[in-house]
Amino acid sequence: MQVELQQIHKRFGKNHALKGVDLKVEAGTIHGLVGENGAGKSTLMKILTGYLSRTQGRILLDGREMAEADPATAAKSGIGMLYQEPQDFPPLTVLENFMVGRDAEPDSDRDRQRQRLNDLAGGLHFQLDPALKLEKLTVGERQQLELLRLLGRGVQVLILDEPTTGISDRQKERLFGALHQIRDQGRTILLVSHKLEDVVALCDRVTVLRHGMVTGEAQAPFQVPRLLEMMFDKPPETDTRSEAAARGEPLLSFDQVSADGERTGLSECNLTIHRREVVGLAGLSGSGQGLFLRLAAALDKPARGKIRTLGNDLGNMGHREFRQAGGCFLPADRLEEGLIPGFTVQDHFALAHNCGMATAKVLAAEAISQFRIRGHPHTTAESLSGGNQQRLLLSLMPPDASLALLENPTRGLDMESARLVWEHLRRQFASRGAIVFSSAELDEILNIADRVLVFFDGRIVRDLPIGELDYQDVAAAMTGK
Amino acid sequence: MNREFPMGRLGRHLTDTFLILIIVTVFTSLLLLLVGASPTEAFTHLISGSFGSWSKVARVLNVWVPLTLCSVGLVYAFRSGLWNIGVEGQMVLGAIGSAGVLRMGVESGHPLLLLSLALLAGALLGAAWALFAGWLKIRGGVHEIFAGLGLNFVAIGLVLWLIFGPWKRPGIASMSGTEPFPRDLWFPTLEGWRVSPFALALVILLILATAWILNRSRFGLNLKAVGHNPRAVVLFGLSSQRYMLIAILISGALAGLAGGLQVSGVYHRLIPAISSGYGYLGLLVVMLAGFRLAPIPFIALFFAALNVGSIQLPMMMQLDSSLSGVIQGACVLSALLVFGFRHLRRRGAAD
Repeated sequence: MQVELQQIHKRFGKNHALKGVDLKVEAGTIHGLVGENGAGKSTLMKILTGYLSRTQGRILLDGREMAEADPATAAKSGIGMLYQEPQDFPPLTVLENFMVGRDAEPDSDRDRQRQRLNDLAGGLHFQLDPALKLEKLTVGERQQLELLRLLGRGVQVLILDEPTTGISDRQKERLFGALHQIRDQGRTILLVSHKLEDVVALCDRVTVLRHGMVTGEAQAPFQVPRLLEMMFDKPPETDTRSEAAARGEPLLSFDQVSADGERTGLSECNLTIHRREVVGLAGLSGSGQGLFLRLAAALDKPARGKIRTLGNDLGNMGHREFRQAGGCFLPADRLEEGLIPGFTVQDHFALAHNCGMATAKVLAAEAISQFRIRGHPHTTAESLSGGNQQRLLLSLMPPDASLALLENPTRGLDMESARLVWEHLRRQFASRGAIVFSSAELDEILNIADRVLVFFDGRIVRDLPIGELDYQDVAAAMTGK
Repeated sequence: MNREFPMGRLGRHLTDTFLILIIVTVFTSLLLLLVGASPTEAFTHLISGSFGSWSKVARVLNVWVPLTLCSVGLVYAFRSGLWNIGVEGQMVLGAIGSAGVLRMGVESGHPLLLLSLALLAGALLGAAWALFAGWLKIRGGVHEIFAGLGLNFVAIGLVLWLIFGPWKRPGIASMSGTEPFPRDLWFPTLEGWRVSPFALALVILLILATAWILNRSRFGLNLKAVGHNPRAVVLFGLSSQRYMLIAILISGALAGLAGGLQVSGVYHRLIPAISSGYGYLGLLVVMLAGFRLAPIPFIALFFAALNVGSIQLPMMMQLDSSLSGVIQGACVLSALLVFGFRHLRRRGAAD
């Protein structure tokens, strides 16, 4: 199906988010949509899938105009989207998830549906056990199921939002293979991403958005520097590492620590992290690195073993004491765990700094300009975009912390913003204390960290200074090879 | 928008109130017509029965005091994200506490000291009862709605046991309650008025203090944060459990105070129905107020007037006095309707 968007405008109040976007995607191609955060990629896709109404403009499917749509009619016209977070039901089985909500030709015969699922999965070389509960699946497998579900519904236009986040390299290969196959069946694929390596590997054609406008298009084979030029005002540098400083005294030590939690738990973890170290935690999502950070931050308790943080035995300490001792923790879930919906930016500062509203307002205004948050002191947290919520979260970190534990600190930020954030974090914390961070992006870890811990299945399988690190080896260790 | 135009927000609230009243009036009138009664007559009786004379106004105020106290207390609990259904039982326990102190001091000769002690005991016992529900939630994992509801029944059982057991009237125990306290242990009222000016002043003071605490103080901001996202406040170095306990504690103390005032200022003894259902009614008041403090005194006054005014109905029109309950319930339902409608419209506008 050919998709054509003509002169799409979208205004949110005074904010002109899309300023006349034209996009034409031919049937049987994979078309990339790239741009930094806030460029308008998500807004444009939400308009196509009917989640947002457009202020102005036309959408043509195979030359026929699609009226103002809601998600249900857009789905009926054959438009389906694979979201970054799987939109599924963890307590149900794979088969039940596949069957749920199929609106065209309802068929509740489990045997027939199982056959359909197996056929579809086999065709794309996915291995999924229909009887397995979804909780037992990795993010990558859940994504595969989601893809099969969309195909089962007969989507003609498939939109993928950052599909390679949090999945293994092998799953990524499988996914790319499947996408090529789906394209060759004549379906249309739109890939939304800021990971250029994915775009280069996968797409036939690319459209670049910047500040709500199309700044360029390109045809495969792509020239990455040219794409970067279209995406950013200036091409970002990737390495913010300064001269490695001598490590200081121990700030965090794990002694034979085991704990339950996440999918894998954590078993027999031993290590020491010193002042002036920047430690990256690599691993597929849910391999134990999140649990590691929560244990270090006294948010979870170990089942066995001893943890010492900032000179204190963590035995009976809570997170409050951890903070008072100079630690801070940045969670990956922004609105769920990091911020308070309904609270404004300045409310958050009053809360974090325990100060009056007048002071909080000043602090908020400072943070807004320093961290380039698009919002005002009185904007509520939930009305900020994802990237701006992340910036707010970062700006709320106590500036004098000596142990910063960060879960995916640049999640949802584009390369330029991520670079600024890391400059700030290094300046602020690495000279005085230590930074321990996890990231879904191996590249980020390799670019930023001085020392890398690789997690696999709840164990630390590699602990290497950056100098002795080999990309292939880390990637292999992450997948248990 | 509303930030720059507070008048606009006030205007919107007034429109909402007007809408709610229209819906309620129409609904109640239809109901009255259905049972063959004249709506105008019924409404007239309601108004004259509540504001028709000074003594009736005093009676309304006597209902307003405990109802407002319970409602204001509930706002604290709601701010922290808790449903303190147990406010009814906390009021009963407050009444028991006050009655206990007053019984001990019948012969003491220091009535004012004793009355203050009685109110203090009421507040403390109400707070303790609330803390019990909070403790069950936080340590025992019992949802506060079930804990509160369960403790309400225990409280009623306790009050009946006292009235028919240890505190029974000399001679014969009866549903009319314990032996009344001597007159010098009654809360002082003005000449000819059956309402204590002290109680009124106390309630107004507590409303003002609450307004400051919830909207201006650090504690209020932290409490609100706990209610909005208990998981996140941990990372801000706050203990959500501690704030929840403090909130339910204050809630219980205010309900206990209401119970104490009922005993010392209105009934002058402990009766089985000492709470008069004001705890549950307080929940309706707070919901109707949209969980905000400012409308509570007015809504509580309206509800109190309905309660007192409806006493006339059985005598004058052979209607059951439960009409007041019907109107109160209709108010909450139509408020939910109007708020919900506004929410949908606002969301539509945001898209």
